[in-house]
Amino acid sequence: MVLAKLGLDGHDRGIKVIARALSDSGMEVVYTGLRQTPEQVANAALQEDADVVAVSILSGAHMTLVPALIQCLRSLGVGDIPVVVGGIIPNEDSPALKAAGVADIMGPGTPLSQLVKRLTEIAKSERR
Amino acid sequence: MWAMMSKTSFVGRETVKQDDIDSLAQGREFSTLSGIPVKEIYTPDDISSLNYEKRLGEPGSYPYTRGVHRAMYCKRLWTMRQFSGFGTPDQTNERFKYLLSTGETGLSVAFDMPTLMGYDPDDPLSRGEVGREGVSVATIRDAERLFSGIPLDRVSVSMTINGPAIVLLALYIVAAERQGVGQAELSGTLQNDILKEYIAQKEFIFPPEPSVRLVVDTFEYCSRNMPKYNFISVSGYHIREAGATAVQELAFTLADGITYVEKAVERGLSVDDFAPRISFFFDSHIDFFEEIAKFRAARRMWARIMTERFGAKNPRSAWLRFHTQTAGVSLTAQQPLNNVVRTAYEALAAVLGGTQSLHTNAMDEALGLPTEEAAKLALRTQQILALETGVANTVDPLAGSYYIESLTEAIEEQAWKIIGEIENMGGVIRAIESGYYQRALSDSAYRYQRSLEEKRRFLVGVNAFRDDEEPKIPVFKVDPEIERSQVEAVRTLREKRDKSRLEHALEELASASKRQENLVPFVIECVRSDATMGEIVKTLKGVYGEYLEPRIF
Repeated sequence: MVLAKLGLDGHDRGIKVIARALSDSGMEVVYTGLRQTPEQVANAALQEDADVVAVSILSGAHMTLVPALIQCLRSLGVGDIPVVVGGIIPNEDSPALKAAGVADIMGPGTPLSQLVKRLTEIAKSERR
Repeated sequence: MWAMMSKTSFVGRETVKQDDIDSLAQGREFSTLSGIPVKEIYTPDDISSLNYEKRLGEPGSYPYTRGVHRAMYCKRLWTMRQFSGFGTPDQTNERFKYLLSTGETGLSVAFDMPTLMGYDPDDPLSRGEVGREGVSVATIRDAERLFSGIPLDRVSVSMTINGPAIVLLALYIVAAERQGVGQAELSGTLQNDILKEYIAQKEFIFPPEPSVRLVVDTFEYCSRNMPKYNFISVSGYHIREAGATAVQELAFTLADGITYVEKAVERGLSVDDFAPRISFFFDSHIDFFEEIAKFRAARRMWARIMTERFGAKNPRSAWLRFHTQTAGVSLTAQQPLNNVVRTAYEALAAVLGGTQSLHTNAMDEALGLPTEEAAKLALRTQQILALETGVANTVDPLAGSYYIESLTEAIEEQAWKIIGEIENMGGVIRAIESGYYQRALSDSAYRYQRSLEEKRRFLVGVNAFRDDEEPKIPVFKVDPEIERSQVEAVRTLREKRDKSRLEHALEELASASKRQENLVPFVIECVRSDATMGEIVKTLKGVYGEYLEPRIF
């Protein structure tokens, strides 16, 4: 699983907790670190042969950066890698993000166990 | 019969099983959020060795445990200083005026990510980010618009900026100058605490050594030219929000403070010349008594550090003056109205802890930037606290409490240990480079999350008393049009300015930085020459390089 911080947003507490929980549950986790562009994350996903890309974004820039990421994945020929988003994503933006190709949105207050389960599900089932 | 009835609800619907608060409470941790065990009862025996003169003192007297001033709020209330900013400088200027008219008593500026990271609005990395997390400021024109109609000789301004703090300082000075206000009249605070960026907030630009040098430049410049200005706000808030416990927050913050004082003294500055204008910034979290004890321990520890370690003679050098923000991380996206309650308790703790200045979060904190209504209620929270509850009528009312004094001692003891560990590692910068902070924060954050998962700690509305449906409350939206207008503004400025003056100013800045001169006057000249944020930062990046942090989780 590739876990990524997209854009300039530096809030990394949540993504690190999730990375550790996934790691503890036996998943192979690659954390890209901060300040990743859509191109960088897409390249990481390609290189790591990711089963899922999980993006954390709290800056409000998600409507620009997430669709851009999906575009990059497609142009690299790996548009089938599911993208999951977390952070601060207003409910009203969910439909547009899903329409852009996001597989799921998991916001604050989602229990870790549920997150791990759902991400594992997505990683195993959605890539052809 | 009552017990059974309380577990179910009837309102003409099927009975619904609710959480049982008694059994939840039975499973709780009997320890503070830092893990300090809390006893059922505290008695005089717990503080029998407490020497009032040595360990507490009167407020306004060493070691300042009870407060840095004798009369505290009896004479003057804490400043009500609400962090705000979004969109264009004009929009933020409007919000400033709204908050001032609603009763806030100081300004606090929130900048957007591009500004915080030193990028112009038209930088490719700024795409989608302009005006979203705060106000976009890239030029002197932006700064003038931001403060338009706000008399900078009468309103104090705090600016939350770190990597490019020197640039914002220059913008502020020049904007004030154009209002006819001299540097010596300016009152306010520059956050300017780069060490905590490597530790927690991650808004660093250059590597640690040159970045700390820039901070000391501001110490030197401001202590000479701006007697009413707090040139640094040594911060624990971000460290806490990133996962630290209260004890870690306290220890890491004071260790940072020690580092800055050391560096300034190494530069040749005399402690009493700058220390009185060092200020601090702490979190006020939800474990009520622990926070109060933390603030008291902080004052006592800093007083000792400044007098014993650094030999300060001026009493003001030993005063730990601080701003507080209620804990954003304690607030929830679920049932946002609950956040009003949390914020009120946290504000109360900050006031009982003797803060000089306070920001209370809005209830929509986890959903977006504050709407006007939410921002107003956050301010009213402070006003009710100040005017109705009576807690401001006497200083340090909890002094002498068996529990509070025991807890203050315990927090202090644990914090000293951590400061000692950091010293043994070779100091804060070595500790940063080794990944120590990353692991420490990651561990604490994970431990806390597990405690929530296991219902040993609670978030009402999240792991207890969840609702099936969430209310739809208005959420603030940033107009994407702002990005276009800020991009246009910066491009227009670039076209219209005197290009040779600008180039000269940037060249002078580059040479001065290579010679390790105090850069503040050079950055001021750049700002006067209409240099943009991005241009100034790029010039410095050319000399210092950029910092990449190791990816530890």
